[in-house]
Amino acid sequence: MRKVSYLFWLTAVLGLGLVACAQAAPAPEGGPLQKVGEGEGSVSIVNWAGYIERGATDPAFDWVTDFEAQTGCKVQEKIAATSDEMVALMTEGGFDLVTASGDASNRLISAGLVQEINTDLVPSYSTVDERLQNAPWHTVDKDGDGTPEHYGVPYQWGSNVLMYNTEVFSEPPTSWSVVFEETTLGDGESNAGRVEAYDGPIYIADAALYLMYHNPELGIQDPYELTRDQFNASLDLLRQQRELVNRYWHDVGLQIQDFTNEGVVAASSWPYQVNLLVFDEQPIASVIPVEGATGWADTTMMHTNAPHPNCAYKWLEHSLNAKLQGDLASWFGSVPVVLSACEGNALLTDEGCDVNGMGNFARTSFWKTPAAACGFDPAGDAGPTDCVPYHEWVTNMIAVIGGR
Amino acid sequence: MQATALGARLQRPALHRLGTFIYLRPWLVLALLLGPPLLWMVVIYLGSLASLVVQSFYFLDPFTGQVIRKLTLSTYADLLTPANLEIFQRTALMAAAVSIAAAILAFPWAYYMARYASRRAKAALYLAVLLPLWSSYLVRVYAWRLILAKEGIVTWFLGALHLEGVLDAVLRLPVIGGPSLSVSFLGMFIVFVYVWLPYMILPIQAALERVPKSLLEASGDLGARPGRTFRHVTLPLALPGVLAGSIFTFSLTLGDFVVPYSLGNSSYFIGQAVLSFTGTAFNIPLAAAFTVVPMVIMGFYLIGARELGAFEAL
Repeated sequence: MRKVSYLFWLTAVLGLGLVACAQAAPAPEGGPLQKVGEGEGSVSIVNWAGYIERGATDPAFDWVTDFEAQTGCKVQEKIAATSDEMVALMTEGGFDLVTASGDASNRLISAGLVQEINTDLVPSYSTVDERLQNAPWHTVDKDGDGTPEHYGVPYQWGSNVLMYNTEVFSEPPTSWSVVFEETTLGDGESNAGRVEAYDGPIYIADAALYLMYHNPELGIQDPYELTRDQFNASLDLLRQQRELVNRYWHDVGLQIQDFTNEGVVAASSWPYQVNLLVFDEQPIASVIPVEGATGWADTTMMHTNAPHPNCAYKWLEHSLNAKLQGDLASWFGSVPVVLSACEGNALLTDEGCDVNGMGNFARTSFWKTPAAACGFDPAGDAGPTDCVPYHEWVTNMIAVIGGR
Repeated sequence: MQATALGARLQRPALHRLGTFIYLRPWLVLALLLGPPLLWMVVIYLGSLASLVVQSFYFLDPFTGQVIRKLTLSTYADLLTPANLEIFQRTALMAAAVSIAAAILAFPWAYYMARYASRRAKAALYLAVLLPLWSSYLVRVYAWRLILAKEGIVTWFLGALHLEGVLDAVLRLPVIGGPSLSVSFLGMFIVFVYVWLPYMILPIQAALERVPKSLLEASGDLGARPGRTFRHVTLPLALPGVLAGSIFTFSLTLGDFVVPYSLGNSSYFIGQAVLSFTGTAFNIPLAAAFTVVPMVIMGFYLIGARELGAFEAL
């Protein structure tokens, strides 16, 4: 027995040492590709549910089969549920592309997980909506030479919406207050226990956006750049909301279930769920209230060590195809980044872009990663560091959800 | 007889020599038998535990989300915030409540199986206990979501019996209540008890089977009423079984994340926090530190259980 425990400790210590020694070397960063060559036979893409459709759910929505036939690049997709998960998957590696939202893209760039894109190799880049061509969530001057580099190709954008039950709201709600403040709804009952909020740290920005409108003395300029006081005020609002929230949603399917059999009548949501519920003939509609909304602008980015760079570039070009952009916008309830996609698409129809919020660009605060390096009162050589960084958003959101 | 054996030996001299070689070295037999499981245990099982502990001393660069491989205690400082302590408390209380409820429900069932059921009935009861384990646990949890939903089967059934008032009163209770059963801790508790009950019934039943009938008869002969016999003879002898079962239910609840993910009011449990820190935030050090907590809790639990003799009934 004594011998056995000896052996046990020896191996345990050895294992510990091995683990401590196994340090991954950072990947070397080369320049972008200069010429797209022969495809490697496949391309793997980390994406949001509904972003890469091959006609499996509805045969009319298919923008993969043609691409595979033309280029010989078999598309492998990996669905991620949150931005943090996307960063995690990219950190793990082995993928070529990721459809990153603004709250992940800057983290990916600064961590060196995505490579610079040579836009000359993506001929359709010039057709991208000009407001997005040089958006700060994918265009960063990382090497410090004064000219920002592109780290991705815009894919789609859209805003989060206030989804509501039309049987309870005879008029569309005009303010996010129905999910933040206790009110009596159209059916004479309180909203307590009948609203949902998004289960992610980035949701703190929704509270900040609400305060930006209703509490101007806080001086919030940007819901993603919050000083300590502004951050605390947002958390207080979320704590008040916790009393009303039945549960925080993170899973598209579960939220749909909650609206159909859990009695939830209003929630921050994505157009995707709204479309599915409306398609299912549920009494559901959505609106962007007076405060505006948070939103996402997604960019297809390429892993630094992408195993299939040629197929990845072929996909980047394909992703800007007007047909794909229009079909995808219709499927996901988002807005195309290529404006010509708004016309003449049978699935989207000519009103589609407006229905999905094309006109809301200016009212949408796009997700981006909150960083400490911002602020309104720069002091010292280290630059402004007044803002609350993202990791504090994570821990505080968990605390709020736990009822603290 | 001897001639044939000799012939066989002559035909397989190599095998024979190998046999002799091993026979003369008993330690080699031991090494061959114990080596693979020991290697598995120590390298794969304990090695990964060790790597977990080491990871928990690393920390995460807040902006880039990259793990910095330097040994510090800063992750543990992050771990011991009030919000996280509440997660531990919530999880441990739920695990304790589930274990106690499962023991109370399982005991009569196991008692009946061990003492009264005929051979055939016992087989049927075994099947009834084990049958749910044949289907996917995920499917069963999702089914419970629908059963407990506000517009689900339970509400409908109680409504048909005109007992909505009882459900409303229960749901108005502080802490365990909520807008509906599926959104409350009570609903989560019900599902936890349901999914882990078989792991409680089987060890109790095994322990009760081993209580000699003669002891019960002796107790009766000495004048003890059935209740007293139960308290002073049956229960103490079956207690190791209850504890063994509670080790399963307690540790399984402590680490589970599927039930808190699908039911309840989104408040985090340990397993869920670990999932969100590994799967999504990629804060591996904090996730590892989080995992150390249930290990510590289980460590104390097991020491206590061993003192009470639980391992004799496993």
